[in-house]
Amino acid sequence: MTKRFTGVVANDSVDLKIRSGEVHVLLGENGAGKSTLIGMLSGLQQPDEGRILVDGKPTPITSPRHALALGIGTVFQHMMLVPTLTVAENLLLGGPWWQRPRIGQLEARVAEITKSLNITVRLHAKVSELSLGEQQQVEILRAMVRNSRLLILDESTSMLTPQGIEELGALMRRLVEKGLAIVFITHKLKEAAAFGDRISVLKLGRKVGEITPPRLKFLGEQAAITEIVEMMFGKQTDDPDAERHADTFAKAEAEPLLQVRDLSVAPMADSPGLSSISFDIRPGEILGIAGIDGNGQKQLAEALSGQLATTGGSVILDGRSIDAMDVGQRRVAGLRYLTDDRLGEGTVGAFPVSINFFLKQVGEEPFWRRGFEKRGEIESRAGELVREYDVRTPSLKTPVGRLSGGNIQKVLLARELADGARVVIFNKPTYGLDLANTLASRQRIRDTAARGLAILLISTDLEELLSMCDRIAVIANGRLVGDVQNEDDVRTTVGRMMVGVAA
Amino acid sequence: MSVEATGPAEATAIDSTPAPAGGGVLHRLLMAIGPIFAALVLAGAILIAVGVDPLTYYGTVLERGLLSPLGIQQTLTRMAPLLFVAAGLIVAFRAGMWNLGGDGQFLLGAVIAAASAPLLVEVMPGWMALPIAFVLATVVAMIWSLVPALLRAYQGVNEIITTLMMTFLGTSLANVLVKLVFLDPATTVPQTRTLPVDDRLPRLFDTTITSGLLFGLVAIIAVHLMMTRTAFGLKLRIVGANPRAAIHAGLGVPKLTVAVFALSAGLVGLGGAVDILGVQGNVRADWNPAYGMAVIPAVFLARMNGFAAIGFVFLLSVLSIGGESAARRVGVPNTFTLVLVAIVLIMLALAEYFDHRHNQSRKA
Repeated sequence: MTKRFTGVVANDSVDLKIRSGEVHVLLGENGAGKSTLIGMLSGLQQPDEGRILVDGKPTPITSPRHALALGIGTVFQHMMLVPTLTVAENLLLGGPWWQRPRIGQLEARVAEITKSLNITVRLHAKVSELSLGEQQQVEILRAMVRNSRLLILDESTSMLTPQGIEELGALMRRLVEKGLAIVFITHKLKEAAAFGDRISVLKLGRKVGEITPPRLKFLGEQAAITEIVEMMFGKQTDDPDAERHADTFAKAEAEPLLQVRDLSVAPMADSPGLSSISFDIRPGEILGIAGIDGNGQKQLAEALSGQLATTGGSVILDGRSIDAMDVGQRRVAGLRYLTDDRLGEGTVGAFPVSINFFLKQVGEEPFWRRGFEKRGEIESRAGELVREYDVRTPSLKTPVGRLSGGNIQKVLLARELADGARVVIFNKPTYGLDLANTLASRQRIRDTAARGLAILLISTDLEELLSMCDRIAVIANGRLVGDVQNEDDVRTTVGRMMVGVAA
Repeated sequence: MSVEATGPAEATAIDSTPAPAGGGVLHRLLMAIGPIFAALVLAGAILIAVGVDPLTYYGTVLERGLLSPLGIQQTLTRMAPLLFVAAGLIVAFRAGMWNLGGDGQFLLGAVIAAASAPLLVEVMPGWMALPIAFVLATVVAMIWSLVPALLRAYQGVNEIITTLMMTFLGTSLANVLVKLVFLDPATTVPQTRTLPVDDRLPRLFDTTITSGLLFGLVAIIAVHLMMTRTAFGLKLRIVGANPRAAIHAGLGVPKLTVAVFALSAGLVGLGGAVDILGVQGNVRADWNPAYGMAVIPAVFLARMNGFAAIGFVFLLSVLSIGGESAARRVGVPNTFTLVLVAIVLIMLALAEYFDHRHNQSRKA
């Protein structure tokens, strides 16, 4: 199959055989063409050349509805739920319009599935009240409810807890034993090797390699990972998740740069709020916040950045209270917040890359003078940032929404780290990024700490925290439940705190 | 590597990007003329059905709206208030706020100008009186927009509903003011006092075109430049394009919201004042030209671009001036003008839609 878009050939003569009873892993960097391939399988897009055969018969998949009828269920990387409806209503969407939705039947079916998946889903909560992680669980559930023969999971594990991922792996195993086919897309090589029966590697729109089931068994996990990395990058590197936290840039005797005391936020319908959060970060130190998604991480970041009103407590930046400051003043004081929602609130997708660098500085000299835009200044500074942060964009005028996730993240990194940053809050900085961009982002964070900035790293990826942080605190239900130095044996300690078992 | 060089991979896909200049112009011309032609055919069918020769009708529209000296002067004069209304709507729409209360704001501005100007010219020279009347009209229209503005800014109440409701109240209030408060005792017709022709806005050269046209052009171009070139305009566009990004970037969204409504309503109210002080001279009871509603689709078709809006406002003026005369001459109801304008707008919008879909399907 070949698929072309403006500017790129997304897929170039890709052959893929998906067999029932097999977990077929698709691996590739962002922009390797995985999403496009999935779009064609699920009926969202049509191939320009080539064809799709279902059960040996050439079958053009004309629409998502058609794909569903063929038994192809997809869980997309980006949420495809109606936020204003409840979970149950979302699951019932697409049923025959003349029938009354069968809530009772659905509840029984969902109970059965959730039991085997070991997740809890609040059927009558509105989707907008769920965290991104919970929404993704609902999407997996939706495909399961519809009796799909082929289940496509597009980066479905990125929001799940380590335990949840293990369980999903086990569940995929049970499903393929029943004769389903699964296409599993992930960035995480370990998952690929652990859960996959067959692994296909895409690179720049081409399939560069495939590991067949017998060969995968023969190789074993470690050897398979080495082989995949070689296919993806053409060079030998170790599994990046295995890299360890090495050097620290913090000096033990230094005064804390950021002090947070008893910070509290009132609970809301969709979040637990924050209760009495306190911590210090010294210059050069990386403090990790671990925890299962939706336990107050976003509220913590927004309360610190000034976006969310607090009900108590104080935030002290370099000895100076910043409680009375608004978002803009906190930014000027050196507090930066890199949001996890890159397109939803981090950028204006329709605006050019150049303007998005300065969204938080609109009206400031030298980019605006007496309120008037200085195009020359903006373009030249944006050009510098593009080079410095290696943003890959066709031009500065390209709408930022057209860039890949990794490149949007680079724009945000450039915006938050440039000019006078002192304390930086990173919220899930590598979520949804491919391997190369993940590594680049992590290196950028380390470099930032090395410059003597204080870093708060919020992440649901425990491996990431273990490889990056000096200390790790665990948040659960809006409360910090523990705080440990990142040493060799903290993994289980942190893991137990995350799921609510006392350390 | 930074800005990507155009490699062979990109070159293969150039065909789906907009065609180079020559084809682009042709395409645009087709997109502008095609729908209008289709609308004329459709409206012509209606005319034939009611027994009127469409060619006579269109000939008259063209002659009285565009070709005859008097007609073109009337058309250009009609543009003055419409341009102000369009400028006001562009500010609001680009900031993502749907101010549909234009008619109420327009009429209140008109009534305040009609009430104050005749009194002011008696006590001070015209060059002083008219600006004060303009300011009064603007301020009153701004105040009228405060209720929906504050509700939207601080309570999140949908402004589409509130501005529409306020426009009903606004037109009624304007009417009440004309009939009860600012009634001219010298005439039996319920209307405000009439501003003498000599005291009105000067006409351009030796024509009947009001100088309000120039003010309108200045207003809409200034708004366009403000929205595209200034920090304030960019802030408004951020609020309009992604309100969550605006909060994340630390913009004072509530204050900007109130400012948008004030600017939008102020410009629309100014349009009302320009129509009175330049052309009408007074406000008659139950007068409501409904310019606010007429301009909304024109602004949308112009994609909220000020320069394109000038073109669409011109088209709207030609059709409404020409249509009014033609209706009288060939004996169809005056409201047929509205039918014609509506069909033209629907056809233009349909063409946009199909063009967009065509582009999408070529891309996808």
